[in-house]
Amino acid sequence: MDARSLYRKLVDLHTVSRLDEQHVLLYADLHIMNEYTSPQAFAALRDKQRRVLRPQQQLAVVSHIIPTAPLPASERVVQEPASAQLARTLKRNCDEHGIRLLDVTDPEQGIEHIVAPELGLVRPGMVVMCGDSHTTTYGAFGALGFGVGTSDVAHILATQTLAYRVAPEMRIRVDGPLAPHVSAKDLVLWLISRIGARGALGYAVEFCGTTIEALTVEARMTLCNMTVEAGARAALIAPDGETIAYLRRHCPDAGWLPQAAACAPALRSDPDARFDAEHRFAAEHIAPFVTWGTSPDQAAPVDGRIPDPASQQDATVRAATERALAYIGLEAGQALAGVPVQRVFIGSCTNGRIEDLRAAAQVVRGRNVHPGVRAMVVPGSGAVRRRAEQEGLAKIFIDAGFEWRQPGCSLCLAMNDDTLAPGERCASTTNRNFEGRQGRGGRTHLMSPAMAAAAAVAGCITDVRTLGESHA
Amino acid sequence: MHEKTRIEGVAAPLMISNLDTDQIMPKQFLKIVGREGLERGALHDLRFTPEGARREDFILHQPAYRDANILVGGPNFGCGSSREHAVWGLQQLGIEAVIASGFGEIFYGNAMNNRLLPVLLDEPAIAALLREIVMPATNRISIDIVAGVIRTAAGTTFPFTLAPRYRDMIVEGLDMVDTTLRMKDVIEEFERRHHAGLPWVRISAQMPQA
Repeated sequence: MDARSLYRKLVDLHTVSRLDEQHVLLYADLHIMNEYTSPQAFAALRDKQRRVLRPQQQLAVVSHIIPTAPLPASERVVQEPASAQLARTLKRNCDEHGIRLLDVTDPEQGIEHIVAPELGLVRPGMVVMCGDSHTTTYGAFGALGFGVGTSDVAHILATQTLAYRVAPEMRIRVDGPLAPHVSAKDLVLWLISRIGARGALGYAVEFCGTTIEALTVEARMTLCNMTVEAGARAALIAPDGETIAYLRRHCPDAGWLPQAAACAPALRSDPDARFDAEHRFAAEHIAPFVTWGTSPDQAAPVDGRIPDPASQQDATVRAATERALAYIGLEAGQALAGVPVQRVFIGSCTNGRIEDLRAAAQVVRGRNVHPGVRAMVVPGSGAVRRRAEQEGLAKIFIDAGFEWRQPGCSLCLAMNDDTLAPGERCASTTNRNFEGRQGRGGRTHLMSPAMAAAAAVAGCITDVRTLGESHA
Repeated sequence: MHEKTRIEGVAAPLMISNLDTDQIMPKQFLKIVGREGLERGALHDLRFTPEGARREDFILHQPAYRDANILVGGPNFGCGSSREHAVWGLQQLGIEAVIASGFGEIFYGNAMNNRLLPVLLDEPAIAALLREIVMPATNRISIDIVAGVIRTAAGTTFPFTLAPRYRDMIVEGLDMVDTTLRMKDVIEEFERRHHAGLPWVRISAQMPQA
């Protein structure tokens, strides 16, 4: 047989039938749902009197609309009527079809892409589909994850499969150690700024190289999560000892663990596998990265300056820069460091895991949130929240003046009551700096948890590497 | 389902790079269990001021483009969030086709599933098409879905390709679930082999017993 890539192996392993030259009927081992992209899919099933083919291969989570006010989990309520209706509808649909739901007051509730891995539901060799674009996260486990729309959700519910267009393949190799204070978030922001928001459009991307191998599984999730912001349809990292160790920590007694461990080594690209596109980068010189615009590829090192559209050759790029600067309220040539922020948000499916909170707490410890800043930490799940409390991280945040909130998607897309006011500027560990994403007129700067923590302390975008020098 | 083989009408230029689905359908319109009210939400912040007034200078509010049913968009149209509401909203706004040099992958699939025609043209072709449609006198075009050709008022033609599967989805409006359910035996047979070969990927997410 021809040499195959990891992506190709995963597609082949899940191909029920070849539909035509480009498409296969692809089997979903796991399908995850949230409250806002599923109601019309369940309604479509009901209209046609169809049932859910495999209820046990579904997981539903209330994640996007849920308020994150710091009440005890058991007392959480969704007050706002339209949001409450979404939560109620999801519960009714799950009850009717026998689907496991992590509802509003469930102690395991959280963001779908944080909850599913910590429950041990994402495993090497799987295909995972979900009505959410950040499903690419699961590539961190050597699982093929991708986002789908609501019509697809209906199709998956009824058939446990999807007609899937097989993607062209890209390999991105990154070698060398990351510098101190530089995280997977900086790596992915840097990468997207290098290849562009369309740099991987349509591709299934496999990451490899010594930098990737040295990342923890949680850091790999951050990287794969945001690969979709370069247009990728999937991100993949071959499973290794780190992956198995993560699974062992999260589900020590699982009967499937030895099987997964035994088969994981086969889940990698063959040495001669061919890719349609390849990139090769060195990691040594990557600095903490911050976005300055309204697309995730509009980013620069924290000690850099905002580009001047007048010096940009490509008319499309120049127009996008001008539009972004007008929205974000910054000037060409201005230094990024020192731009004042009024809000700081630490959380999301990109950076709401325990390692993210540890990195932020390490910066915050013994310091205070700047008086002009409202700073919040929204843990990615109930489990992350409990763990952070046990480790004393919550106390560090609270003592410094952060709000310590309940889990949810929160200010990442502002579908609940956590939003920016027009003109407010936010240092955010999320994944999208789109116009209006965090609230109409809100200005988002994407960065790592450590950098967001530093911004909270300094009251402005600041270089975490030199924070101690100016605020000791 | 009626056959849809051709789309004709006014094409409006909306040349914004990476026009994401947050801009096509902002979050406040997503809190619905049906598909109602998305006409107001479509391209909301581009169409309305923060106070809610119509932006008369927005392309779809200008007299010559008020009846547009085709958009010519910038590269990576519909990137970002998976929200199918973006497609439903554009359709409720009267849009039947979007022409661009690239589409967000999930948007592209969502469009197909709803028979909103996404047409891929390369950048030089987009630029040539734009030169004609930015002038009100020549802003009407015709898209022949079966032949895969766009024809402008001036008679210029732009060929495009559409995979046969997608062409059939747009033209015939097939219920894909029905089509797949006819293969249920094949799916179940696959499942048995799959779970025998990869037993660890078989999950069983049970509802906790009350």
